Amino acid sequence: MNLKPETIEKIDKLVSRYPTKRSAALPLCHLVQEDQGYLSNEAMEWIARRLDLQPINILELVTFYPMLRTKPVGKYHVRVCHTLPCALAGAYQTCRRLEEALHVKAGHTSEDNLVTLEYVECHADCGRAPVVMVGEEEYTGVDPEKAGEMAARIKSGELSIGMPDA
Amino acid sequence: MALKEKRLIMKHVDEPGYTNDIDCYLKHGGYEDLKKAVALKPEYICAEVMESGVRGRGGAGFPAGMKWKFLDRKSGKPIYLICNCDESEPGTFKDRQIVHKDPHQLIEGMMIAAFAIQAKLAFIYIRGEFFQGYRILEKAIEEARAGNFLGENILDTGYSCDIIVHRGAGAYICGEETGLIESLEGKRANPRIKPPYFPAALGLYQCPTIVNNVETLCDVKHIVNMGGKEFAKIGTSGNTGTRTWCVSGHVMNPGYYEFACADITLGQLIYDICGGLKPGRKLKAVIPGGSSAKVLRADERFRGTLQDGTEFDWGIEDIPMDFDSLAACGSMSGSGGVIVMDDSTDIVEALANINYFYAHESCGQCTPCREGVPWLRKVTRRMVDGEAREEDADLLKSIADQIAGRTICAFGEAASWPVQSFIEKFKDEFVEKAREQAARRKEGKKPATETTLV
Ligand SMILES: Cc1cc2nc3c(=O)[nH]c(=O)nc-3n(C[C@H](O)[C@H](O)[C@H](O)COP(=O)(O)O)c2cc1C
Ligand code: SF4
Ligand code: FES
Repeated sequence: MNLKPETIEKIDKLVSRYPTKRSAALPLCHLVQEDQGYLSNEAMEWIARRLDLQPINILELVTFYPMLRTKPVGKYHVRVCHTLPCALAGAYQTCRRLEEALHVKAGHTSEDNLVTLEYVECHADCGRAPVVMVGEEEYTGVDPEKAGEMAARIKSGELSIGMPDA
Repeated sequence: MALKEKRLIMKHVDEPGYTNDIDCYLKHGGYEDLKKAVALKPEYICAEVMESGVRGRGGAGFPAGMKWKFLDRKSGKPIYLICNCDESEPGTFKDRQIVHKDPHQLIEGMMIAAFAIQAKLAFIYIRGEFFQGYRILEKAIEEARAGNFLGENILDTGYSCDIIVHRGAGAYICGEETGLIESLEGKRANPRIKPPYFPAALGLYQCPTIVNNVETLCDVKHIVNMGGKEFAKIGTSGNTGTRTWCVSGHVMNPGYYEFACADITLGQLIYDICGGLKPGRKLKAVIPGGSSAKVLRADERFRGTLQDGTEFDWGIEDIPMDFDSLAACGSMSGSGGVIVMDDSTDIVEALANINYFYAHESCGQCTPCREGVPWLRKVTRRMVDGEAREEDADLLKSIADQIAGRTICAFGEAASWPVQSFIEKFKDEFVEKAREQAARRKEGKKPATETTLV
């Protein structure tokens, strides 16, 4: 495992704060995923060892929690909320526009690895629907027109990938 | 009835110039209530919270003071405090505002609550998608630590308590308090079998634990500030304090609006506060308390007797926005998420959307929920895909009836109530869907029309 020194430092600090090591499992999954882009078998084994757990204890988390993934995502990770309030505000039209403009179906990564487009559940900002996340950055009121602009800026590389360290 | 917001929790949120750092918070009198609290006896604060009558803002509306009373203090085990910041009930977006715009209010409320219950350690369980909220809280906690408002020997009282911000990872069921606790222990968020009914008896690491919602914990700060008796004067008896109504869907001005309980009706909220519906549209239905709450139909009459014996006969617009009135109308105020639907809404599609959500979020422990909720989704999906049958409404109801009340956690109800209420109130539209499709098929057309909500 080739984790960045900052990641190791964060992990060491975090594990010691919890009353039990196992409680740090989910936070470690987040940290390693942020470092590596996804959770490989090797990564899961590493986390398990770090916390004196079995690899299955980590795998069962990865298969349970939707935000944890075993495959990398594209450069832009685009998540469109499609729960009722966003749907009432036109989230499906928004996503359709993104699909067309980016040549990728929701639930997939484009062939050139530029975009992963996904539907997600309510992001607790329904008053500003439709809500779209790009990386960790939130965009609100994304109607099809704004979605078109967003897609163009993704294709040109102008849009931020929405990751804090990038 | 006054139509002015009563901003208690959201007082500074959105105020021009108000920022989320500790300097700004201190300038506005921040942490004075914590200073006041640590000079009091913990039992005294608990009694004030009891007297305030404040009910939980996370969904179930259980009196916080009562919950704190259930705490097992004799076990000798450490006591934990958990702030439920999972905010995942569709339609709800109030906790986000507090975390983003006034995080120190939450931290102050939490430290007062922690002192009152003598917690050894406190957690904020924040949903994983709140990336920015997580960073804001982490920063705020470090600021508060530097100010000696949390951590070791708080304000030189000898009392120590830290806050750990723990991120979830996209699972709705982590909002259910025992699922949350399992998740915090590093496991799948499978809710625990009850009894014990309250984590106050056995919670995190099998120790006594209090779980409260973000807004409830902020209320605690204001209870200490004004005293339980004063707090109880806001709203009505049994429905004290304010509620932040999160309005989404087909209104001109969606958003969050804080009012004293019962100070506003649903009609005033929609028409006067949120600017009404889109031009030319008529109200069709409202889900008043997050997507789990039973739907209200625009043209139904709500009749019955309130707890205090008064009889009521309300149209949808007359319903006072508080816990008991919405419960009396057969629904609930829940998490405060008011989802408004106008007459352009295809009710079958709306339910198909809701069913998709719950089918996706079942933790899978109980057979009725794991098998039943995806079945509900399949039926409504088939209906919108052009294969609706006239008997589907009855089928949906029969599946939902077999889930509610037969599961480990209240998710079973949360997933069934939308189906039961949609069918009860809009059965005609479910049957009509099948007839319409049959007619189109006869004409040689494609039976399904394009969907907008699924
Ligand atoms: C399926 C389900 C989801 C829930 N989601 C949340 C949530 O996102 N936030 C929350 O505060 N409470 C949620 N609750 C309620 C919690 O279980 C718990 O009652 C609440 O956090 C207690 O705090 P309160 O008394 O201050 O409301 C949920 C309950 C269920 C059954
Ligand atoms: S009701 Fe559903 S979510 Fe709750 S424990 Fe059972 S399977 Fe899990
Ligand atoms: S439904 Fe999209 S943010 Fe709530």
